[in-house]
Amino acid sequence: MHHLEIKDLCASYDKDPVLKGVTLSSDKGEVVSLIGPSGSGKSTLLRALIGLTPPSKGQVFVGGEAVDYSSRRSLRALRGEMAIVFQQYNLFQNMTVLRNVSIAPIKIQKRSRSDAEKEAKSLLEKVGMAGKQDAYPEELSGGQQQRVAIARALATRPEILLLDEVTSALDPERVNEVLDTIRGLTSAGITMIIVSHEMAFVREISTRVAMMDDGKIVEIGPPSQIFDAPEQRRTRDFVSKILKH
Amino acid sequence: MFERLVEEAPLFFNYHNLVFIAQAMGRTLGMTVIGCSVGFFFGLLIAVLRQSSMTALMPLRAVAIAYVETFRRIPFLIILFIVLFVIEPLMPGTSLFGIATVSVCLLSTAFLSEIIRSGLESVPQQQMEGARTLNFSALQMLFMVVLPQSWKVIVPPATAFVVMFIKDTSLASQLGVIELTFAGKMLVNRGFSPVLGFGVILFCYFALSYPLSRLSAYLEKRLASS
Amino acid sequence: MDYTFQFTEVLKELPYLLGGAGVTLLIAFVSFWAGAIIGLFGAVAKVYGGKMVRNIASGYVIFFTNTPALVQIFLLYYALPDVGILLGPLTAVLIGLILNSGAYLTEILRAGVISVRRSEIEAAATLGMSGMQVLRYVMLPHIAKTIYAPLSNFFVWLVLGSSLAALFGVEELTGRAINISTANLRSIETFTIVAAIYVVLTVLASTSLALVGRWAFRVRAKVF
Repeated sequence: MHHLEIKDLCASYDKDPVLKGVTLSSDKGEVVSLIGPSGSGKSTLLRALIGLTPPSKGQVFVGGEAVDYSSRRSLRALRGEMAIVFQQYNLFQNMTVLRNVSIAPIKIQKRSRSDAEKEAKSLLEKVGMAGKQDAYPEELSGGQQQRVAIARALATRPEILLLDEVTSALDPERVNEVLDTIRGLTSAGITMIIVSHEMAFVREISTRVAMMDDGKIVEIGPPSQIFDAPEQRRTRDFVSKILKH
Repeated sequence: MFERLVEEAPLFFNYHNLVFIAQAMGRTLGMTVIGCSVGFFFGLLIAVLRQSSMTALMPLRAVAIAYVETFRRIPFLIILFIVLFVIEPLMPGTSLFGIATVSVCLLSTAFLSEIIRSGLESVPQQQMEGARTLNFSALQMLFMVVLPQSWKVIVPPATAFVVMFIKDTSLASQLGVIELTFAGKMLVNRGFSPVLGFGVILFCYFALSYPLSRLSAYLEKRLASS
Repeated sequence: MDYTFQFTEVLKELPYLLGGAGVTLLIAFVSFWAGAIIGLFGAVAKVYGGKMVRNIASGYVIFFTNTPALVQIFLLYYALPDVGILLGPLTAVLIGLILNSGAYLTEILRAGVISVRRSEIEAAATLGMSGMQVLRYVMLPHIAKTIYAPLSNFFVWLVLGSSLAALFGVEELTGRAINISTANLRSIETFTIVAAIYVVLTVLASTSLALVGRWAFRVRAKVF
């Protein structure tokens, strides 16, 4: 049984259909990267998965159980197992770094404060933000904020982590520190779905790469296939254009 | 005229009159504090109601919008009269202070709900998306993320509103509530010079209002820079 | 409760009430424009004046914005006879509202004047513009955009505030409402209809001001 199964998922953004039937499955611990031109629906797929953009058709199964995006209870259960990191980090501006990371475990998962803060501190260390627990987001650089955002997502102990273009809003010097952090997560056994433009990085850490265009998955396979020997023409066109840079 | 003032001053500033004025000031202050607290509480409820999108609440939302848009566009004097003529037959014997306070609350709720609403709207959508994906309930999102961040947009206009409000309470004098303005009228009717009577009243209003407007200006400067 | 609503009693008097609305608008207009003249002087005084002039202007503004208009008018109406000046009710109300408006408008206009950034003036100067041209093409449009919304809101506020003239016997909208309701004893109906007239008045005022703002000054103003 696959850990995550997506069947024929359709979703619209502002009445425009963006996802036009996406089918994808992934096993536990896999890293699946989504590449493709802008507007192809990569971010919308992640947003649909976590329920920010309600799917109009299709089904999603997590651990064999179907997700009902119209049921509040089902959404809560889903978000207990799935976490997302946004391009704009979306850290809570009115809370310190430590509070940002520990608040969900304390207030929503009802863990004890000392427990949650201990784990938050160790997560912050893991992402390289150990000394900054009392800082506010506005005092941090983009790369630092993004790493805190990753720690915040991990604090809820998700089984599936969605990363939506997490380095696209960063200065080039900051990109690597975030990529390093993500690299370190692959050993933790978390299933990851990554949307990214960093092709070298995608090639290095993914178990499989999916090429998306016009709301559908055009081709999916191991990095060696997608980058070196793409079977579909659209994949070929896109990859050659990107890799020329 | 100045001779009259010099003559009357010692008679004016006797213990009895000063207590009278102090009590009147208390009523002005009371109407302001009650009005703004109640107004803030219900204004928050209405603002949150208007931000929500639950279809079940739509009739309530429509009523709220109608209420806010209407009561912001009616003179306070008219509100006073309407409340008076509605409450009198329904609940005879209600004190004038009570009627004035109800009117004052109706006015402040309408205005404060708009101020709070624009504060809530100033918080970027992404903050709420972050909260939602972390499984925050709607209430948790409101109190832990949205409200703390909307303060700096709410406080300056809210403080300015309170300053304006203190002056509006002077209209309650028309109902017969013995607040500062009515106290002034009574003293002048008793024969004191209008300059003395109303002058002192103006000073009392000033004493209440000026510190608040300085506070408002200070807050505005501080919050704008942060 | 044994009360039948009889709105027709009041609707009969609609022309009379609408006449009152006219007086209301007149009071608001006069107070606004006369107040604006004072406000212009006050704003210039506060921004460009010497220390004493600035302090006088500040004192004027602080006094009139921290005390109620009603009491200010009481003072005018009841105190001036002592020095021999007898003001009619409408005159007293107008003078009071004008002085009051002058203070608020001083602040609004001042915010507009200081909103023009120095860099824009310097840029215009380096382009070879004369003082008059800088004023006309750089400062005035910018000031107009900044102050248009607060001015519109203030005018609407004046329309509502003019109702206190009724307390001095002036027969504007509220005054006429009081007259009618004491005659026909239909208080709730009268004041409800008058409230509705005020809402219509203010919405019309806001909308037309917003439209003028959009066309003449390219300012986007909110009505609702």
